[in-house]
Amino acid sequence: MTKVSFPLMGDYYVPAKFLLNHILKVEVIEPPFISNKTIELGSKYSPEFVCTPFKYTLGTMIESIEKGADTLIQMGGGCRYGYYANVQKEILDNLGYDVRVINLVTKGQMDIGRIYRLLKEIDPKVSKLQTVYYSFLVIKMVKYMDLIDDYIRANIGFEINDGEFLEVRNLMLNDFAKVKNYRELRRLYKDYFWRFKKIKVRKPDNCLKIGIIGELYTIMEPFSNYFLEKELAKNHIEIKRFTTAHYLLFEKAFKIKKYIKYVKKYIKYPMGADASDNVARTKYLCEHGYDGIIHIKSSFCTPEIGAMPIISKIAGEYDVPVLFFSFDANTSETGIKTRLEAFYDMLEMRREK
Amino acid sequence: MDKVGIARGLFYYYYGDIWKFFLDYLKVPYIVSPNTNKEIMMKGIKKSNDEMCLAFKTYLGHLCYLEDKCTYFLVPRIDNYGLDNQTCTNFIAAYDIVYNLFDKKVLNYNINLNKNETLKKGLVNIGMELGKSKKECLDAYKYALNKAREKKSREITINLNKLNSTKTKILLISHPYNIYDDLIGKDIIKYLEKNDVEVIFSDKFDEKITNKLGTSLAPELYFKYSKENVGAIMYAKDKIDGVIFLSAFPCGPDSLVNELVMRKIKIPYINIVLDDTASFTGTETRLESFIDMLRRVTND
Repeated sequence: MTKVSFPLMGDYYVPAKFLLNHILKVEVIEPPFISNKTIELGSKYSPEFVCTPFKYTLGTMIESIEKGADTLIQMGGGCRYGYYANVQKEILDNLGYDVRVINLVTKGQMDIGRIYRLLKEIDPKVSKLQTVYYSFLVIKMVKYMDLIDDYIRANIGFEINDGEFLEVRNLMLNDFAKVKNYRELRRLYKDYFWRFKKIKVRKPDNCLKIGIIGELYTIMEPFSNYFLEKELAKNHIEIKRFTTAHYLLFEKAFKIKKYIKYVKKYIKYPMGADASDNVARTKYLCEHGYDGIIHIKSSFCTPEIGAMPIISKIAGEYDVPVLFFSFDANTSETGIKTRLEAFYDMLEMRREK
Repeated sequence: MDKVGIARGLFYYYYGDIWKFFLDYLKVPYIVSPNTNKEIMMKGIKKSNDEMCLAFKTYLGHLCYLEDKCTYFLVPRIDNYGLDNQTCTNFIAAYDIVYNLFDKKVLNYNINLNKNETLKKGLVNIGMELGKSKKECLDAYKYALNKAREKKSREITINLNKLNSTKTKILLISHPYNIYDDLIGKDIIKYLEKNDVEVIFSDKFDEKITNKLGTSLAPELYFKYSKENVGAIMYAKDKIDGVIFLSAFPCGPDSLVNELVMRKIKIPYINIVLDDTASFTGTETRLESFIDMLRRVTND
């Protein structure tokens, strides 16, 4: 039987595994969590100045192969992310692994017909009806996860009993993985949302609010941003984040034009990948009373590098501080903490003025 | 009189000839920045973000040089030549970055064959923005295109003739804005030619042929310029002795494509990555040993 695996990104492995389990007659191997060993493996075999997600995903791929996987699924994006799969396949071949790498999105275009053909290659008996049904179910699941995460992000910094939010969240993910149909999913979502709302928080009205923008992988995979959100929550800060899987997969295509219209004073064209979205978000955050903006990306992410001067310009006009982070596979965690602390202190001082 | 400023970087090496012929025909005065020198490079580094690629830094340097010498910048945006032929994100974002970094009017056109935005439309629009009639602009476009094509085909013939030379032949794989830049590629070419090596340039091939050949080695590749570079290797692989991969640090498409190609080809190669602090002495040593190695292989 084919053993399928995929690179990890945040907690989205739950819906991904759910989908594969239901539409394909294959064994799904859960990718191991990212650790220092993953990064070491990834960096060792990667080209030297490729962006960091390449190293992370390559590392996870090697680890899942060692766990027994023989088919790997890679997503693609609008920048060079779309060409990751081909180069990674070549590297894995050279290392002597006999695997199939399947690239779902190529040339920045999501082609449903092509994805269906690829699924058919893995399992010739894949049923159209089931695929459609479960895809819609998973889309909803991702949406619910994102909605709940939004609520958590706004409140986790102020919980009275430490770790309560994460505890309930883990229970939720476990239950989501066992869902059978749409009604059950909706019921679970409502249940859990209610439970989250019941968790006691002590949230002052004038708490510090920070918006996080930046490159998609680094934002969504907490290991690659050195658990930045957790660190902020410890300092009692409300966090706003826009990039979610649901946004990237289903909303972006409709929203990008609106975004560019919103910032037409600064940019005229889409700038590749998430760059123009982030420019628009900067303006949004500035206009909606956020105290600061943190921009994170992996090193050498070309689209974001292009967006950075524009982001600084907008933030300068609105007088909102921006902190730029560029994460590499061997960034030191202490350095990040120091910079965050200084940023946080600065925001507080601005408040007192 | 309004002057158009053309920066000698990135787009210039693809469209410079057409622009010059076009503006000549319309009798619009223009100024092209000089070859890259240390001063321009320093200006560019100051203006740019420290992670931008070397080629883009120099491009911004050229614009800095032109800032007080012209009324308009000419900065296009190249999105794609169809889905299979996309470009690097710097080409996509160039206009917006320049527009925000400089306080200057920017003449701009967009190439996006997917949405039917072509060079012809773009140039005609620019001509009309400069106050010329549509007919004049169309004529100028035709004139410029023909002239530029003639020049290019002459260069291609010269380049392809080099393939039959009896000297040691090395194919230099890089983007034209690296190869012909004074601070990036020129020293390397000079050194190679001094050592009696025939240098073949990857950008001077017939792109219709190389574009197709590129897919045979790197299927699914969708970067137009990288694809043509890969195609050039495939086209010339039986006639050359070695390949030099030259890329500017940290070039996005090159980082992946060169890695893939290096793992696939069976010709001796060397990978040279240049950034703004690189000294030529180090490169020189590497080139010297590479040439020595090639000569030993051919003599044995």
